[in-house]
Amino acid sequence: MGGFFGHKGHLVRVAALFAAGILVFLVLQALLVPKGFGVYGHYRAGALDDNRARPLMHAGRAACVDCHADVWEVLQKGKHGPVHCEACHGPLARHAEDPSAGKAVKPDPKLLCARCHQEGVARPAKFPQVDVAGHAGGESCTSCHKAHDPLEQAAPATPEKKDAAAAVPQKGAGQ
Amino acid sequence: MSDDQTGRREFLARSGTFLLLTGAAGIAWDAVASGEPEKAPNYRSTDHWWAMAIDVEKCIGCGNCVRACKEENDVPREPFYFRTWVERYHVPEGDIERPEVDSPNGGYDGFPEKYRAGDGAKSFFVPKMCNHCAHSPCVQVCPVGATFESPDGVVLVDKTYCLGCRYCVQACPYGCRFIDPRTKTVDKCSLCYHRISKGLTTACCETCPTGARMLGDLKDLKDPIHDFLRTHKVQVLKPQMATGSKTYYNGLDGSVR
Amino acid sequence: MEGLLQGVQGYMYPNEVELQWSVLIVLYPYITGLVAGAFILASLVRVFRVEAVAPTYRLALLTALAFLLVAPLPLQLHLGHPERSLEMYLTPHTASAMAMFGFVYLWYLMAVLLLEIWLEYRPEIVAGAQSATGPLRLLYRVLTLGSYDVSPEALRIDDRTSFVVTLVGIPSAFLLHGYVGFIFGSVKANPWWSTPLMPIVFLFSAIVSGIAAVMLLYMAMTRLRGLEIDMPCVDTIAPYLFYAFVIDFSLETLDLIHRIYEADESFHTLDFMVRTRLYLPHIIVQIVLGTLLPIGLLALTQVVKLSEPARRGLYATTGVLTMIGIFAMRWNVVIGGQLFSKSFLGYTTYKMEFASQEGFLMAAALLILPFLILWALVRLLPPWGGGHAAPQVRPVA
Repeated sequence: MGGFFGHKGHLVRVAALFAAGILVFLVLQALLVPKGFGVYGHYRAGALDDNRARPLMHAGRAACVDCHADVWEVLQKGKHGPVHCEACHGPLARHAEDPSAGKAVKPDPKLLCARCHQEGVARPAKFPQVDVAGHAGGESCTSCHKAHDPLEQAAPATPEKKDAAAAVPQKGAGQ
Repeated sequence: MSDDQTGRREFLARSGTFLLLTGAAGIAWDAVASGEPEKAPNYRSTDHWWAMAIDVEKCIGCGNCVRACKEENDVPREPFYFRTWVERYHVPEGDIERPEVDSPNGGYDGFPEKYRAGDGAKSFFVPKMCNHCAHSPCVQVCPVGATFESPDGVVLVDKTYCLGCRYCVQACPYGCRFIDPRTKTVDKCSLCYHRISKGLTTACCETCPTGARMLGDLKDLKDPIHDFLRTHKVQVLKPQMATGSKTYYNGLDGSVR
Repeated sequence: MEGLLQGVQGYMYPNEVELQWSVLIVLYPYITGLVAGAFILASLVRVFRVEAVAPTYRLALLTALAFLLVAPLPLQLHLGHPERSLEMYLTPHTASAMAMFGFVYLWYLMAVLLLEIWLEYRPEIVAGAQSATGPLRLLYRVLTLGSYDVSPEALRIDDRTSFVVTLVGIPSAFLLHGYVGFIFGSVKANPWWSTPLMPIVFLFSAIVSGIAAVMLLYMAMTRLRGLEIDMPCVDTIAPYLFYAFVIDFSLETLDLIHRIYEADESFHTLDFMVRTRLYLPHIIVQIVLGTLLPIGLLALTQVVKLSEPARRGLYATTGVLTMIGIFAMRWNVVIGGQLFSKSFLGYTTYKMEFASQEGFLMAAALLILPFLILWALVRLLPPWGGGHAAPQVRPVA
């Protein structure tokens, strides 16, 4: 049996099939690789945009100070100066955007203050901490401490309570 | 010089210039076609090289960072998915090889007291997060290019491209990656890229009450991180892995994993 | 899911508690290992001219194909976005061993296995195209690729070509399965996986499982056809299985001794894991039942003169134990590597679901599927007594 390729004809068909397959692959590759791939590295350049496009949930302190400069003044005078607003008040980007639409919530002192100031063995020794139950005797922290300037103490309810509070050992500097 | 030679030189000069300009135009067109990320308001990624400094001696384990991150980045609230978490170490005297470590819900609700004072051990908190490694093993193993290091040093994920093969989760020595069960793609700390590219700080740094976490821009000569790195004894986690971690810890004890 | 936390002992990084790679990822290296091993057995006939095992030649090729066709399925079922898997072909990240998968797979499927099977079966395909009836005839006609030349010259060319294909196929098979070993072996974050020995250990255990699989299939199918098992054939396969096993076991033991001796920072946590959570799958199933016992039984057949029924029984037992043992080895590597924390301070558990996409039923179905495919292939392209599987003419006793 003759033929152009002699007895290799079937192998040529296989080779042609392979070549066609590779061609199809190359065409598909050219068509389907996403736009912007490889511009900055082996990734889609648009991914940088995607990562930047998340909505903000926290406004950042600077945004709060714009309207609440008075609170800022009080904060600067006291020990809570370095603490940013949203550390206690939660994410407030919506509120900063439109104060009437996103209401800011006043956190519950009983839960909030203890989260940082309940004494703990693993907390740095120099950090102000106390056994809240003994120290406060069930009272809310803000009945004696102003949240924004915690050491400027309001007059306690009775002298006895003041003595009781002072009797519980407190750790940390700044007393 | 003969006319022929002058003509040829002119031709070569002209075509060389033409090719150069075409090439440059081609590159510029690529940048344009890819969505112009450089044009985000005044933010040029090549001006920045982001890092994070963490001062273990200041961390009080309040969990603000964990909560803020989950809010800011819409992380699933179940206890298996964390972009950042806090660990509590309790190191019995003289036994740095066998510390007791816990991280109840990643520190999201703080840490209930477990230890007594005066038991001879030392205890402290260590915040953990993606280390945004300069030679990241997670980037190396991604089969398709769905995770990468941005030009400004942040390791990011392309959620529309990720296959969910989980190879990068296996390759990260720090355990900072997870699969978001809702999108079935990988997720991890993005250094609040959407915030830092707008001049804000990360959600975790914003809410840290003691300044234990500090975002730093290594390319900004005025950034306080330079001073911090110079004046403190800093370490990275698992230095033997040579990942080029850019999360620098001050006060890292030998027992920290 | 909450039950997972109950299963944690010590400390795990929070994101580590849930395992990333399930039983399907155990299946994948097992299946590609069978492909590679079956092909190596076939190459014994074509390249190394071990004529005695010729009766298994075509069966080995078909077995390799049946398993190769199933191989991508566990991966697709595991992916979070299987519809994006084309990206591995479009933008493969060449630094990643996993990116190699698509190309190595395609190469091995098209340029090695399908090509070799086609060259081997061309006479039967052409005959079928001319004499079969119904839709089967159309199938054969498509398979001829339009060429009906089965003259002696053409067949001689086919013979030489398929020799070259097999020759190229051996390193291709090594690559097909070796890269999987590298996927694990190159993860510096995981000390259970990270070793340069991993690709070689994977490869030799693949050879062992592939040879055992083809031997078992040959024995079972011959019996099902009501024929006598060709004893010189299986008597020749057995020593190859034995030697491959010895090499495999030596490599794994070397790794073990090295770990125990150096006792680096990961050692105490891995040691504890093997003694407790991996005791059954690793010590009992993989080492004792899956390696030491088969090696011992095979050694017995090499050293002691046993009767044919005894040898057949031992080969069959060895084959089954091997298949189970090598599966256990994959399990211990994949699952074991995720049971301990990268903090070296804790352990978690693997809760294999029953009926979910990555659960037990799916794994079982994926293991059964290749046999169904093989059954269809055997009907389409009978592996007995033709081409290079033709029994040698033996002198009359």
